[in-house]
Amino acid sequence: MSQTTEAPRPAATTHRAKTKPVLSEGKRAERRLGLLLCAPAAIVMLAVTGWPIIYSVWLSLQRYDLRFPAKQEFVGLDNYATVLSNGYWWTAFGTTALITVISVVIELFLGMALALIMHRTLVGRGLVRTVSLIPYGIVTVVAAFSWKFAWTPSTGYLATLVGPNTAVLTEKASALSAIVLAEVWKTTPFMALLLMAGLALVPDDLLKAASMDGAGAWQRFTKVMLPVMKPAILVALLFRTLDAFRIFDNIFILTGGSQGTGSVSMQTYDNLIRGLNLGIGSTMSVLIFIAVAIIAFVFIKVFGTAAPGSDTGRR
Amino acid sequence: MAQPTARRPWWRRGAVATAAAALAAPLVAACGTGAGGGVTLTVYYPPEQHFQNVVDQCNEQAGGAYHIVNLTAPRDADGQREQMVRRLAAGDTSLDILGVDVTWTPEFAGAGWIVPWTGANEAEAKKDVLAGPLASATYDGKLYAATKHTNVQLLWYRDDLVTKPPSTWDEMIADAQQLKAQKKPYKIGFTGAQYEGLVVGFNTLTASAGGKLVSDDGTKAVVDDGAVQALAMLKKFATAGVTDAGLSSAQEQQTALLMENGDAAFELNWPYVYAAMQQDKPDLFPHFKWTRYPSMTPGGQARVTIGGENLAISAYSQHKDEAFKAALCLRSPKMQDYSAVNDGVPPTVASVYDAPDMAKAYPMKDDIKAELATAASRPITPAYQNVSTIMQNLLSPPSAIDPQSTADKMRQAIQDALDSKGVLP
Repeated sequence: MSQTTEAPRPAATTHRAKTKPVLSEGKRAERRLGLLLCAPAAIVMLAVTGWPIIYSVWLSLQRYDLRFPAKQEFVGLDNYATVLSNGYWWTAFGTTALITVISVVIELFLGMALALIMHRTLVGRGLVRTVSLIPYGIVTVVAAFSWKFAWTPSTGYLATLVGPNTAVLTEKASALSAIVLAEVWKTTPFMALLLMAGLALVPDDLLKAASMDGAGAWQRFTKVMLPVMKPAILVALLFRTLDAFRIFDNIFILTGGSQGTGSVSMQTYDNLIRGLNLGIGSTMSVLIFIAVAIIAFVFIKVFGTAAPGSDTGRR
Repeated sequence: MAQPTARRPWWRRGAVATAAAALAAPLVAACGTGAGGGVTLTVYYPPEQHFQNVVDQCNEQAGGAYHIVNLTAPRDADGQREQMVRRLAAGDTSLDILGVDVTWTPEFAGAGWIVPWTGANEAEAKKDVLAGPLASATYDGKLYAATKHTNVQLLWYRDDLVTKPPSTWDEMIADAQQLKAQKKPYKIGFTGAQYEGLVVGFNTLTASAGGKLVSDDGTKAVVDDGAVQALAMLKKFATAGVTDAGLSSAQEQQTALLMENGDAAFELNWPYVYAAMQQDKPDLFPHFKWTRYPSMTPGGQARVTIGGENLAISAYSQHKDEAFKAALCLRSPKMQDYSAVNDGVPPTVASVYDAPDMAKAYPMKDDIKAELATAASRPITPAYQNVSTIMQNLLSPPSAIDPQSTADKMRQAIQDALDSKGVLP
């Protein structure tokens, strides 16, 4: 560490031009050292994140089935044509999109309500906040199993509640509802947490001023709080949409993808791990990657979501 | 520069050393030499209550030449296969003997993950083995596994409700409808969930109708007229009002429960339900009878799908010679007799059926043996798992089958799977 110490420079030499900063010799050396010190970490990061992505793109361009090692060959974009022209893929895509949209919308409303409650609670604030976070703290697979047992005919309490001789998880519509319910129950607290951070941004003085001007509770909510909270809401929506689109564990446990409830991640798992088809499976994971990238792009460029902590704000 | 490593607190160093030792210990156990200078072998086998006793007996017989460690695989077949396949694809040398389901033989052999049996080992593994089970361990003309136990389904019924057991599916459905009209227990238990069990039922129906799903060499999807008849029968069965509301989610367990709860008059299931009924419902047990699986046509014979478990040797095993010997011990006639009596799994060696203790534990052994003589295999191809997944998807729910168009879709999808270019649902 001792080598990096530098004498403070006169103001004139650190003067920056408007267009391009002119760096002094010492500043450049400092920057070079900084880059060198960062390099090992950056290289490791690239190796563990970049390499698998590149490798799966490479695999997606090949016919590569572990059962037929001799038939491995480069097929270009054939796998993409196969997947994108396949009915199963689009069914799964539709199911995933449906689950994503419905669960995120419900979570937004419930999360907002929960955030307001947590924000406004006067007594036992810590306790209320902790209790409402419990679902988020439970491992998804464990929670999914308890949902599954609750829906099992003749033994589960929820199954008994909806009536005898009904098997909720054996029909598409009811099974999808059960999945959405499990998903909403699990992640609403997360949504609420993000929204609560947004609520903290709303200055109390602003609300008091609005109320002086004769704004009712609803008007204060829609005209004052929501606009101020918009960046927080968008970030919460972005996070949840990206997460919901990759839904896997709840479906894996609750239905195993039967009755047409499989998501794209489920289907990728079936092709890659169960079917041992590295080519098709990698193609699907690349497609999911692209879909997620598009969702993020739309949120950031179209809706103007700002990354948390960035100072650019709304566009 | 400072030297911070020297100043690590003592407990920290202790913890690291302990963790390192804990990590290294299983490796040492897996690769090292066992007691008496012999090698340590691992057997990766699904849960079977008394299998550890079999392993212990073999270890004793080995006299120190090898020591077998039993690694219990997950309970469900899919889970077993996934774990095994991942380790094999990565060339894991810590697996020696593998318990493989009969449908995995072509897949594992085709990928080069298991080695063929030759010479004296082959001769001993084939000795006195029934033809059906033996075929399930053979691929491409070579023996890839030693048969451990086999399985076929039977028709179970209640003799207080049914005087003369039906011999065809049509009769069985008509009998059930008659019982329903008389307000008696009438349901027919069948594994109709979207999983391997549904494929087993469909494969039996297809073979019984003289049909074929995949060509013998495993390269062409056939799905002929016999398959269409089987689809029509499944549809008729599922819509005749003789099944439980939960048919499309019923696996073996639910099917057995339907009978045990007194709702069913018939049940199509594996022989283990006999011991289960004896234990769970002793009052119903005296009326719990069996007969051979119903056929598709009057006077015809059912060709039931064969199941079971075989023992194969991993291509990555470091001790193949000992592994062959150990596997032969684990599936020897003596051990098959022991497993049949204690775990209810049907033997693959013909002479075991005549063992004195079999008569009491296995009163249905003659029917099992007769069914094994004409048993049908599921499609023999390395891509079986994909073929099965596709069939499960198209067959579920059975009430929604449209025989001709389902068959056409199935033919196309199976062909894609065989060419490994299709997408799995």
